[in-house]
Amino acid sequence: MTRAAWMDRAFHALGLAVLAVALSALMFLLADVWRDGASRLSWAFVTGYPSRQASTAGLLPAVAGSLWLVVLAAAMAMPVGVGAAIALEEYAGRRRWARLVEINIANLAAVPSIIYGLLGLGLFVQALQLERTLIAGAATLALLMLPVVILTAREALKAVPLAQREAALALGSTKWQTIWHHVLPTAMPGLLTGLILAVSRVIGETAPLIVIGALTYVPFVPDGPSSPFTALPIQIFAWISRPGTAFRANAAAAILLLLGVLLVTNGIAIGVRDRAARRRVA
Amino acid sequence: MEPVAAKIDLRALSVFYGETAALREVTMPVRAQQVTALIGPSGCGKTTLLRALNRMNDIIPHSRVEGDVWLDGHSILSPSTDVVALRRRVGMVFQKSNPFPMSVFDNVAYGLRINGVRDRREIAERVEESLRAAAIWSEVQDRLHAPALTLSGGQQQRLCIARALAIQPEVLLMDEPASALDPIATQRIEELILALKRTYTIVIVTHNMQQAARVSDVTAFLWMGQLIEQGRTEDVFTAPRERLTEAYVTGRFG
Repeated sequence: MTRAAWMDRAFHALGLAVLAVALSALMFLLADVWRDGASRLSWAFVTGYPSRQASTAGLLPAVAGSLWLVVLAAAMAMPVGVGAAIALEEYAGRRRWARLVEINIANLAAVPSIIYGLLGLGLFVQALQLERTLIAGAATLALLMLPVVILTAREALKAVPLAQREAALALGSTKWQTIWHHVLPTAMPGLLTGLILAVSRVIGETAPLIVIGALTYVPFVPDGPSSPFTALPIQIFAWISRPGTAFRANAAAAILLLLGVLLVTNGIAIGVRDRAARRRVA
Repeated sequence: MEPVAAKIDLRALSVFYGETAALREVTMPVRAQQVTALIGPSGCGKTTLLRALNRMNDIIPHSRVEGDVWLDGHSILSPSTDVVALRRRVGMVFQKSNPFPMSVFDNVAYGLRINGVRDRREIAERVEESLRAAAIWSEVQDRLHAPALTLSGGQQQRLCIARALAIQPEVLLMDEPASALDPIATQRIEELILALKRTYTIVIVTHNMQQAARVSDVTAFLWMGQLIEQGRTEDVFTAPRERLTEAYVTGRFG
């Protein structure tokens, strides 16, 4: 065997080994959580309300709260984020301030989420007097999503072929018509991918919600954006911090459910993305 | 040449991309209802010249224009020019066919819709008219609602021509419209050009000398951003005034 071929095999093996390490850590985590919580997973658990008894406590308010949060946050972050990406990518050009904004957005994506929580507390909860409601929580999470949405949306817009823009412009489309009729539909799969990434990031967020004051004991399902709320990660956090193993089993079961919800939302989003992509090609 | 009023008048037109001059002080008339061919080696500025006529160079960053282009006696480079309106008068067909990822019908109807045509019957009529004018109607009339990207390459290019014709431009710019097509599809495009020049003023960029000779009335030879010679196609090919032109059209370089 030549040296090059040997090196090739060695790198292949190294790659597989690294992948195995990463996967086994994940598998171990999953197995551990599964062992602790699988027995607690039941329909009654998912549709039940919190209780002081671990064996009768349920998750419904937390599940509903998380879904409310994610949907509201996505509804706020998507138009603002895509709009910002259009402004930067299509209108700002290469000017110095646009570059400056670009760098700052990249930085924002790396800011710890608890900082966003403090911002949400100061801005939404106090200054705008939204109180400790779903809408304040969702707005905070939307801020957290924005950098990811903007960055991925810019890439999606950049990837739209110049030939398509030129075709539209040469027919006498205005810049806005070109963007609205051609660039956005073509970029849609990429935009949705960005949304998936952003949703995955915030659905497990705990710190910012604790800072803005999500409750840990909510015996009702939120009835609207101005309702107080809890969310899955907060419920998990609350259960883990209680003494005794019974609540820890509940927490493990809630983690399994959170992973399940994540899987379902991602699955739906990927399905939507693929359908959008197929429609454009067909 | 006979003194026919020029549809388009280029006056000392220069185009720069950053510091590079892609076109240097080109002055020439483009007459109505004639086919003007732009020939020359790659990078000589043919496409730049073509794209100056509907201001498509505007979308290229760091591009800059000097001199002037007049269309029907009005400068298209003046700040008051409505670029969107200009592009509706000066249509364009690109080197690589670029139909929108929508149906055949919607491709042609798009230009009408953004021009405020709402009446469904009128749209349908003008779509058919345009597809007939682009000699593709018989091939697509049964699949108007099929995706345009399922058509063959030659059909896609004729669809793009139909799309450009639908908004009834006065000038049609064609950037090597047949360079990606097989000989049969190329021949159909050439026949189409000859038919269209009765209605439109056509400027075509081509790498194919025989094509220029076959379809054009006037030929302009560009070399390194400069207009070397322009005149009746017959003269340029059989009795060029410049040695550079002669060398190029006889295939000694390029």
